[in-house]
Amino acid sequence: MKAVNEMKITFPSLSCNESLARSAIASFVSQLDPAVDELIDIRTAVSEAVTNCIVHAYPDGIGMITIIAKIFEDGRVQIKVKDKGIGIEDIKQAMEPLFTTGGEERSGLGFSVMESFTDRLHVTSAKGKGTTVTLEKYISMQHRQGKRS
Amino acid sequence: MDVKIENLPEVMFVRLSGEIDHHNARQIREQVDSAVEMHKPKKLCLDFKDVTFMDSSGIGFIMGRYKLIQLYEGSLEIINISDTINRVIKLSGIDKLNIKISVNQR
Repeated sequence: MKAVNEMKITFPSLSCNESLARSAIASFVSQLDPAVDELIDIRTAVSEAVTNCIVHAYPDGIGMITIIAKIFEDGRVQIKVKDKGIGIEDIKQAMEPLFTTGGEERSGLGFSVMESFTDRLHVTSAKGKGTTVTLEKYISMQHRQGKRS
Repeated sequence: MDVKIENLPEVMFVRLSGEIDHHNARQIREQVDSAVEMHKPKKLCLDFKDVTFMDSSGIGFIMGRYKLIQLYEGSLEIINISDTINRVIKLSGIDKLNIKISVNQR
């Protein structure tokens, strides 16, 4: 399926950019006129993905984070959050609820929240090369009717 | 992000406002912890009424304050939790700990 709209933003892994990422994705998705809860879900999932990049992908420095977001005809929103950081050795373990290597009061819930707040979560990673988290969410039809032109 | 701390004889109120994410959590934590360590309250009450966003960093924040207040044999209460924030709380399982949680139904 062809994307009807897409955007790409790249920013350094500074924690102050967590709110930037949330605002940018919320603005982009708003054209589908999502329900308040759907928008909160997307903002929360993206916040978790970006925080993971900042805390885990680049633990000892600053690297770049790229978000590529696409809207499809069927109301599906696909968001890829990519980094070129250290990668995840064991994705299955990393995705287990409460597992964390983060220390400093990290809850180990990032992937659980992403999974629960979206319709699909997919993670690919290569050690030393980086990680891509793909989030997908369908925006309900009733909120989109009459809004597209 | 703004934190207002009021220390009453029976309870320390912490009124949080704005967005709680990984970036903001550190600053909030430092402010709350220094007040708790100074006054050693019997009860710590975190008010989420004006919190407009919270991700799992907020869970780490709540858990950390729970551990801290336990050191002083005090209790933790979190109030004015929105439905959205409650979803993250339910996912975390911290509602099974000895924390009093008051949810505001919409």
